[in-house]
Amino acid sequence: MSFIEWIRQPWPWYVAGPLIGLMVPVLLIMGNRTLGISSSLRHACAACVPFDIHFFKYDWKKEAWNLLFVAGIIVGGFITAMFLANPDPILVNPKLAEEMSGYGITNYTGIIPSEVFNWPALLTARGLIMIVFGGFLVGFGTRYAGGCTSGHAIMGLSNLQWPSLVATCCFMAGGFIMANLILPFILKL
Amino acid sequence: MDNIKDIQKPVAIIDTNTDFEVRSLDAMCVNAATVAEPKWHIIKYFIMGIMFGIILIKAEVISWFRIQEMFRLQSFHMFGVIGSAVVVGMISVFLIKKLNIKTIYGEKIVLEDKKFNKGQIYGGLIFGLGWALTGACPGPLFAQIGYGSTIVIVTLFSAIAGTWVYGRFREKLPH
Repeated sequence: MSFIEWIRQPWPWYVAGPLIGLMVPVLLIMGNRTLGISSSLRHACAACVPFDIHFFKYDWKKEAWNLLFVAGIIVGGFITAMFLANPDPILVNPKLAEEMSGYGITNYTGIIPSEVFNWPALLTARGLIMIVFGGFLVGFGTRYAGGCTSGHAIMGLSNLQWPSLVATCCFMAGGFIMANLILPFILKL
Repeated sequence: MDNIKDIQKPVAIIDTNTDFEVRSLDAMCVNAATVAEPKWHIIKYFIMGIMFGIILIKAEVISWFRIQEMFRLQSFHMFGVIGSAVVVGMISVFLIKKLNIKTIYGEKIVLEDKKFNKGQIYGGLIFGLGWALTGACPGPLFAQIGYGSTIVIVTLFSAIAGTWVYGRFREKLPH
């Protein structure tokens, strides 16, 4: 197996997880920055649509590193798609595949199910809820909670912050409720 | 003298901004490097972002399907990724504190404590709902767009709108 074939495979959790964890000390040592992604959404508001809202009136340019970081994530995604993409469909638990086929989701070649997430779907109730309303909840909830998976679950827990543990448990609880109790009805729409 | 000015300013901001959300205010002000670094050095964060994006995709944590598996307890993968990331992060932070490791500019590394407020519960639950719907937290949103899922641009703008609405009605929300 050549190197490029090897690196194109999905990376196991025990490789990817520690690499993600290393972002914490690298950013700290590089310049005293704490890992956090959802703040970039706030900076975007502060830069573009602050109006007269106190929460968005600060010098976002001081946080430009965060915006560059997320811009880098976009480029990283692009580079992966170009050179490092896994050519095979994602392998999921057969139980999930069985459930999803009941909702007409059978395409596992993408990172998101193309049957649900596509441009024409914006005109359907299902697509509108999952794409637009889902995104709204992500942006509203992360800021309300003061962080997302990176800021609370990874950075906060790394620093032994118990409020981050509370937040992480609530992320999980919300996810369990949605995936198991609500999403089945939405997917049937 | 410049340093003193930089340190005093954030305190003033915290005073006037009724502070429910300590983390990002601190990250923004106190945590901003006070030691002058050449402007172009900011490129390093761009490069780290690229690496972070590649890792997120290769780990498949940006996959809607992996998120569904996680919330149905059908796979260990996501728990393994987040768990091992936290363990590595914890050891790193412990070592930084223990050995008093400085930044590459010789500055002391500052980690602010997070203060508890009820937003972490309400907001956390709301974000969890959105996470399972979109299959993405904020980082993966950016990675998915770069990977070529253009529709996620809509999700990202909705997320920015959600953040804005939170900021707009923040004082009226229970914290």
